[in-house]
Amino acid sequence: MNLFAEAFAWLFSPERLEGQYALPVLLGQHLFYTVVSVLIAAAIAVPAGWAIGHTGRGREVAVAISGAARAVPSFGLMVLLVLLMGVLRVPEAATITFVLLAIPSLLAGAYTGLEAIDRRVIDAARATGMTQWQVFWKVEVPLGMPLLVGGLRAATLQVIATVTIAAYVNLGGLGWPIIQGIPLRRFDQVLGGAILVAVVALIADLLLALAQRMAVPAGIRVAKPGTVSRRAARRAAAATASTASA
Amino acid sequence: MFTARTSRLTLATGVALAGALVLAGCASSNPLDAPSDDTTGGDSDTVVIGSQAYYSNEIIAEIYAQALENAGHTVDRQFNIGQRDAYMPDVESGEIDLFPEYTGNLLQYFDDSSEATSPDDVYAALQEALPDGLTALDYAEASDQDTYTVTKEFAEANGLTTIADLADVDGTVTLGGAPELEQRPYGPAGAKSVYGLDLAFSATGDTTFDALLADEIQVADIYSADPRFQTEDIVALEDPESLILASNVVPIASSDVADEIADVINGISAELSVDDLVAMGVQSTVDQMSPEDIATEWLTEKGLI
Repeated sequence: MNLFAEAFAWLFSPERLEGQYALPVLLGQHLFYTVVSVLIAAAIAVPAGWAIGHTGRGREVAVAISGAARAVPSFGLMVLLVLLMGVLRVPEAATITFVLLAIPSLLAGAYTGLEAIDRRVIDAARATGMTQWQVFWKVEVPLGMPLLVGGLRAATLQVIATVTIAAYVNLGGLGWPIIQGIPLRRFDQVLGGAILVAVVALIADLLLALAQRMAVPAGIRVAKPGTVSRRAARRAAAATASTASA
Repeated sequence: MFTARTSRLTLATGVALAGALVLAGCASSNPLDAPSDDTTGGDSDTVVIGSQAYYSNEIIAEIYAQALENAGHTVDRQFNIGQRDAYMPDVESGEIDLFPEYTGNLLQYFDDSSEATSPDDVYAALQEALPDGLTALDYAEASDQDTYTVTKEFAEANGLTTIADLADVDGTVTLGGAPELEQRPYGPAGAKSVYGLDLAFSATGDTTFDALLADEIQVADIYSADPRFQTEDIVALEDPESLILASNVVPIASSDVADEIADVINGISAELSVDDLVAMGVQSTVDQMSPEDIATEWLTEKGLI
């Protein structure tokens, strides 16, 4: 039997539904850490990114910080935090690691979304008499949404892939079969775990790709993907302006 | 101009000094070695001793080396050769003549279906399983194996001396260790079948010892040669039913040199206890002594050199 057949045999064995390390339990842990980490990261990165995009200030700092954060090795950081915070704070240490991993993509998504808007659209919005908040909430946020969801998509994928290391510090998740299987040299189990992580990542990516498409405001949805043309942006501005004045 | 020339001069001097140091390092690398007439691995006069990339194993290898040198053999030290997968082919081919090994772990390497667990059974099974050309000399009392370890405080409070006594402890008892322990024959399932214990399991991994102190787990799987058995208040529970795979220190020798070195090496195995191994671990990790000094001190103390 080849390794893939063995891995699927391992995945679909009834034993996988039993005990402390049943696959549904591990999947739940994996999704829990992913969702919590991405939400916390979003709560930090999205307002910060919007502030940078709206005011146009602090961009260099944000680029530098998020660039540096991308270079931090997650595994090393997690183990370091566990050592610093002690064995009773392991879930917090791991969550901080994943939050730091998710922040750069979300931050970039938030501020580039606002930056990419044609300045004339914003000028037009202002010219119709919109207040700062109205410009922000009714023009900048909707037009920046596709890139923000794109950032969310990148962050979520990175976190799903990286939560695999949570099993190393006793938090379970889909990394468990991998981390346990390597020293036992049970490669069917290792591959089975890896397949599960890949499947979860692909499903999440698909769902977020749909969300990204749906996040494009109606006014510019007719534009071909990837070519947010000036005409489309202008039309979007016109649409927003008309709803604002209505 | 002046500063530029000065700095260039400094640089040149620095380079020259560094070069001289490198050359000196080459020249004096082994001034005390016997003249080596291209004596390489296969030569019968030289005993090639290997060791794992593990400080405790390297100390044992150094003990073998010094004792053999004292008995008049020429020794070639090939220490720090990674883990079993890396060095075993060279041991099997006879490139390395002598290697300190561990009975249980080595048995698992050659025959992972073996169910032997007690020291004698494991040693007997290992002798069967060893490939031709390799000989297991006498094994030592010293072991470097998994244990069920508790804090002394917990042992006193619950009157624990053996693993079986854990059955009388009130409340949930959690066993912590590496993730793979959950699946090992001496993991929770083994404790259930051998001692009738219902242990919870926690994959504490690298933080096993800290988790034990924090009372996150009550029983920890810590290797029996761990220096913390001397430096911390922990105690390994006895294992009368041999739940845990015994892994005693055993010298593995090429059959063609085994007879020649057996007296010296067996003399070491007869003296080497697990307490010695723990104490040497403390000397290495806490006192930062070199393997050479630790080996010399132990051999002298035991009257072996």
